[in-house]
Amino acid sequence: MAGNERVDVLIIGSGASGAAVAWSLAETKMRILCLEQGDWVKPTDFPSNGRDWEARRFGDFEIRPNLRGRDTDYPVNDDNSLMKVANFNGVGGGTIIYTAHWPRLHPSDFKVKSLDGVADDWPIDYWALERFYEENDRMMGASGLPGDPGVPPRHPPMPPIPLGRTGAVYAQAMNRLGWHWWPSDTTIATTPYDGRAQCINLGHCTPGCAQGAKASTDITYWPLALRAGVELRTRCRVREIVTDEHGMAAGAIYYDAEGREHFQPAEVVIMACNGVGTPRLLLNSASARFPNGLANSSGLVGRNLMLHPWPVVSGYVEEEMDGARAPITSMWSKQFYETDPARDFVRGYTLQFGRGAGPVTEAIGSTAAGHLPWGRGHHGIYRQLLNPRASIGVACDDLPEEHNRVTLDPELKDSNGIPAPRIDYAISENTRRMMEHGIARAEEIMAAAGATRVHTSRTVLNYPGHLLGTARMGTDPERSVVNEWGRSHDVKNLFIVDGSVFVTGGGVNPTSTIQAVALYIADQMKQRLANLFD
Amino acid sequence: MSATLSPAEMDHLGEIAGAMIPASADLRMPAADDPVILDDIAKSVGRDLALVREAIAAILKMANGAFAGLDQDAKEALINDYHARGGAPAEALGRAILAAYYRDDRVLVALGQEARSPFPKGHVVEPRDWSLLDAVRHRAPFWRDDRMTGTGER
Ligand SMILES: Cc1cc2nc3c(=O)[nH]c(=O)nc-3n(C[C@H](O)[C@H](O)[C@H](O)COP(=O)(O)OP(=O)(O)OC[C@H]3O[C@@H](n4cnc5c(N)ncnc54)[C@H](O)[C@@H]3O)c2cc1C
Repeated sequence: MAGNERVDVLIIGSGASGAAVAWSLAETKMRILCLEQGDWVKPTDFPSNGRDWEARRFGDFEIRPNLRGRDTDYPVNDDNSLMKVANFNGVGGGTIIYTAHWPRLHPSDFKVKSLDGVADDWPIDYWALERFYEENDRMMGASGLPGDPGVPPRHPPMPPIPLGRTGAVYAQAMNRLGWHWWPSDTTIATTPYDGRAQCINLGHCTPGCAQGAKASTDITYWPLALRAGVELRTRCRVREIVTDEHGMAAGAIYYDAEGREHFQPAEVVIMACNGVGTPRLLLNSASARFPNGLANSSGLVGRNLMLHPWPVVSGYVEEEMDGARAPITSMWSKQFYETDPARDFVRGYTLQFGRGAGPVTEAIGSTAAGHLPWGRGHHGIYRQLLNPRASIGVACDDLPEEHNRVTLDPELKDSNGIPAPRIDYAISENTRRMMEHGIARAEEIMAAAGATRVHTSRTVLNYPGHLLGTARMGTDPERSVVNEWGRSHDVKNLFIVDGSVFVTGGGVNPTSTIQAVALYIADQMKQRLANLFD
Repeated sequence: MSATLSPAEMDHLGEIAGAMIPASADLRMPAADDPVILDDIAKSVGRDLALVREAIAAILKMANGAFAGLDQDAKEALINDYHARGGAPAEALGRAILAAYYRDDRVLVALGQEARSPFPKGHVVEPRDWSLLDAVRHRAPFWRDDRMTGTGER
């Protein structure tokens, strides 16, 4: 096995959190190395460069690794879950193919036990993260409109994405109903920003942005971190974290692009592989001293997986809308976010208003929904469907339950022979009630907008790629995996900064919070450098 | 198994695709068995090849091997029936045909769409009027402030 030069800090995973932590720690001038199993993605690689831009969403830019099947992906056994795993493995991680919707958790999300008597409180609150949310908004480049009464104050540095025809139809419907709505915060550059070109409406942001207007960490944090001296090694797939005779992390074993095994020694190891990749690695790092996997004396590594069930209600209005000629994100509603004792569930959801679909996606989606027939009737119906589509997502809070978990699959392995993660996940009764409530409200909005052919996809097709909770934060080592500043309770030089540390999921897309937490943990580390392992 | 569709499979695919999306002279839409589109389907089927083969075989079997001899009504009934319960192979066949069909220049132009990739030209989105927000702007903050005491103070 090749031995490598020792580094001060080894970060595993270069996605949303790995990039943020690398950038933040770079100012310490420590020797920092990040190992990433995937590649850099070039602007010319993105589908919107070619005429096959929609087809590639079902190929090399598919959101589910099991269907995408790049050699940089690892398989996931998610047969025992209605919610399938979506991710991207490459520099930038999930931010390469995320939709760039940019809400924050609400203050109440950090206190669900105290406020609503369910799950657990976080060991930190919204206000501890506030300045890191703000810093991250500046670093990623957030766009939005201040003054939203549905969320705490925030200061996005760019104006919001345009309302467009689709947004105006929704807005009128929401005003008719008297319900809250607001243009969504996004990480889409609506003006030139920090060397990034502004959005020119290439369509949905999910399959990556050829213009570079969408903030993925390969073009935000990474260039700055690399310039500050951080090293990023791609095509390096970590198999396990190795510990020394004192029970401290000694480094990691990884495979390079040629399949050669390396040992990378390090003083500090930071996990940033997301809510599935991180527990997978920790469980695969079992040893005589840590027989249940590393950092797992609580038995909670892999447990409490939260995936955000996300029904989508779609319909078609009379008029021509934006279709796929704009970012899919347009606006949000916080009307039903906070707990209301009059409802039969606790916590709540964000309504996320989307634009339409491109010609191919519309045809595929409509045939799947049974709206578009084959044969002579095809053309007439298709003309009624292309462009007037409206879609509302119900982003449901997903509370932690220990039986929802990531384990190692006994048979399935990746191309390096590393056991694949297995997902066991069931939607809770509370979430099911919430979903039905949200679906009914979205149907009311569709009715107020005059939409017809209204239909709901409850789980199938909606896999938001939010992978959370599998190495939760907490002050009690028996009830959590890392402490309130991200350090493993069991291994004092092992940190976790990705979505695994979430205690609850909230009813929003998580990445602004994942990165705020990563910046907060990095800040805590910097403040404690002299006694980091005490 | 060869890595591309055989000439016989291409013939069957053409029969099936042409029935699934027939031409419309009125709407200036070609059929999905148009040679250019069929060629695109065959070239781009990629990793779905095995599923598409399975779908073709299943449709032929449902037609007792004589799909081409059915009239258009019977073909459409058979295909819609198969698509509703054919699972992954039916989906893959539909996807392959639709992905090639709805990027054909003639089809896009007939639909009033621009026949080009999104990049580099992009699109224009109408800004619309933010006065629609006035109804919301004046609402008092309603997110739950965890710092509030029972008396409403911080
Ligand atoms: C289709 C889609 C749409 C989304 N839309 C939104 C949105 O609109 N808003 C939002 O907030 N969030 C969105 N998300 C979620 C967002 O992408 C994730 O929350 C975020 O990327 C998670 O950050 P992370 O740092 O936890 O992990 P990731 O960003 O997933 O990064 C993990 C990295 O670790 C690497 N890695 C894993 N295992 C190993 C190993 N063994 N060795 C080496 N490297 C490894 C991976 O290759 C990957 O690059 C979306 C996700 C998807 C898939």
